[in-house]
Amino acid sequence: MLQLSIFLENAKGRLAEVVSLLAELKVNLRALSLADTKDFGVLRIIVDDPELTTEKLRERKVVVSLTHVWVLKVPDRTGGLAEVLNQLVKHDVVIEYMYAFVEKENEQARVVIRAQDQAVMEKAMRELNLPLV
Amino acid sequence: MEKQWLEGLRRTVDRVLPIPYYQERFRKLGIHQAEDIHTLRDFQKLPLTTKEDLRQNYPFGLFAEPMENIVRLHASSGTTGKPTVVGYTKRDIKLWSKIVADELRRAGVTPKDVVQIAYGYGLFTGGMGLHYGCEELGAVVVPISGGNTARQLMLMRDFGTTVLACTPSYALYLAESLEESGISREELKLRIGVFGAEPWTEGMREQIEARLGIKAYDIYGLSETMGPGVAMECPAHDGLHIDEHFYPEVLGPDGNPVAEGIQGELVITSLDKEGFPVLRYRTKDLTTLHYGACSCGHTGWKMERVSARVDDMLIIRGVNVFPSQVEEAILSIGGFEPHYLLIVERTGNLDQLEVQVEINDTSFFDEVRELEGRQERLQRKIEEILGISIRLRLVEPKSIPRSEGKAVRVIDKRR
Repeated sequence: MLQLSIFLENAKGRLAEVVSLLAELKVNLRALSLADTKDFGVLRIIVDDPELTTEKLRERKVVVSLTHVWVLKVPDRTGGLAEVLNQLVKHDVVIEYMYAFVEKENEQARVVIRAQDQAVMEKAMRELNLPLV
Repeated sequence: MEKQWLEGLRRTVDRVLPIPYYQERFRKLGIHQAEDIHTLRDFQKLPLTTKEDLRQNYPFGLFAEPMENIVRLHASSGTTGKPTVVGYTKRDIKLWSKIVADELRRAGVTPKDVVQIAYGYGLFTGGMGLHYGCEELGAVVVPISGGNTARQLMLMRDFGTTVLACTPSYALYLAESLEESGISREELKLRIGVFGAEPWTEGMREQIEARLGIKAYDIYGLSETMGPGVAMECPAHDGLHIDEHFYPEVLGPDGNPVAEGIQGELVITSLDKEGFPVLRYRTKDLTTLHYGACSCGHTGWKMERVSARVDDMLIIRGVNVFPSQVEEAILSIGGFEPHYLLIVERTGNLDQLEVQVEINDTSFFDEVRELEGRQERLQRKIEEILGISIRLRLVEPKSIPRSEGKAVRVIDKRR
């Protein structure tokens, strides 16, 4: 799946501005995570039509990049995530970053994973046959 | 050659001798007539002229012709104090036109070209200087002046503009605007750019050439010495040919002339100007001179592209810093936009330099570690070139104001 990453200058109100812009563009945010450093932030979002949203954001002078991520279903119980991650580790997957969200229809947990090596992740997913979204 | 130069230099000395301001300064040196100058060494003993001298004689005190013979005035913007005013006779205007026409011709401009002059028109010499030169050459002139970027691009397409003349920063802004305008590059016939009036780097030339798909030429001049055309590049792109109607010198930090090949402040003497002959004028532009034959076949003085203006120099914690050095660093790393701003502040007793650089879709990376790595590489490169530590702030596109004339690169809050 494609995730949108948005560059945020470290300026007061900038996050609110970008989120308002997304609302104005009628983009529904399915998942969101914010990475911040001392100088800037990166807003990562999962939306329904990542390509179209990217295009619209670029028209509005927002710096966006598209990144391949994996969205996995995770059993919604204690130890559910640990189970999945341990399996991935056994298959040599190194995770760059990860964030979780809950799908509102069936209250199911989801994790968004960015793997360091795309090919290794692909192979692991094939062999493990984990439930994808 | 020395003989020819001396003849021209004596002509200029003769022209300025009747002006009381010069007379007095010459008398102190024991020079009463042009014939007292026998060698170039003698000439180098003559006093230098500065912007301050022009201000003291505001407005017309250093003109060598009565006002009835003057047909045009230009003035440089005086950001502080009074502007410096220059005057031209009919013959001066003709000569200036011819100089610019010859240089444009050497760069490949022909009477078939349509030249869009996006330099400012008015007291600034950029617009009118190029205008008269292009007419002399016989090209079609579009005197659009600076600004109104959407209209610039529309007319560029509709008029079939082949040559663009403006500041390099405005050229870059036009390139950027073109990418967003809905006008495709294929609809334009643009092939040559004539850019000047501010220092720019070789990296900037490559950017502009690639983004506009043109050949870019550096043109040099300042109103006090005539205007654009004092020097211009030829297709060899190996320095700017100084027109033969000017005699150049370069001064070292002690104010004395340095040898060919050594960098310093450019000093210009006009050899044939009537209305406002200029004698050893300190341009405050840093460059290096070379004399010899160019691969284009032309023999004479060449100056390297102006790397910086003395006036643009910032002294930060005792180190000399030029904005163009930041440009050089950005373009040598690649990926970042050459839109930048230097902000100098003093916190406590310490000067702090913040450099803001715009990020773009190519330089932005989703992984924070990678992005920080890029930021760090750029920061290190800038620090390496400047020789001081800086704070680098990546900012969003278009957050640094664009200029339609000379770009603003520095905000010095210490003043």
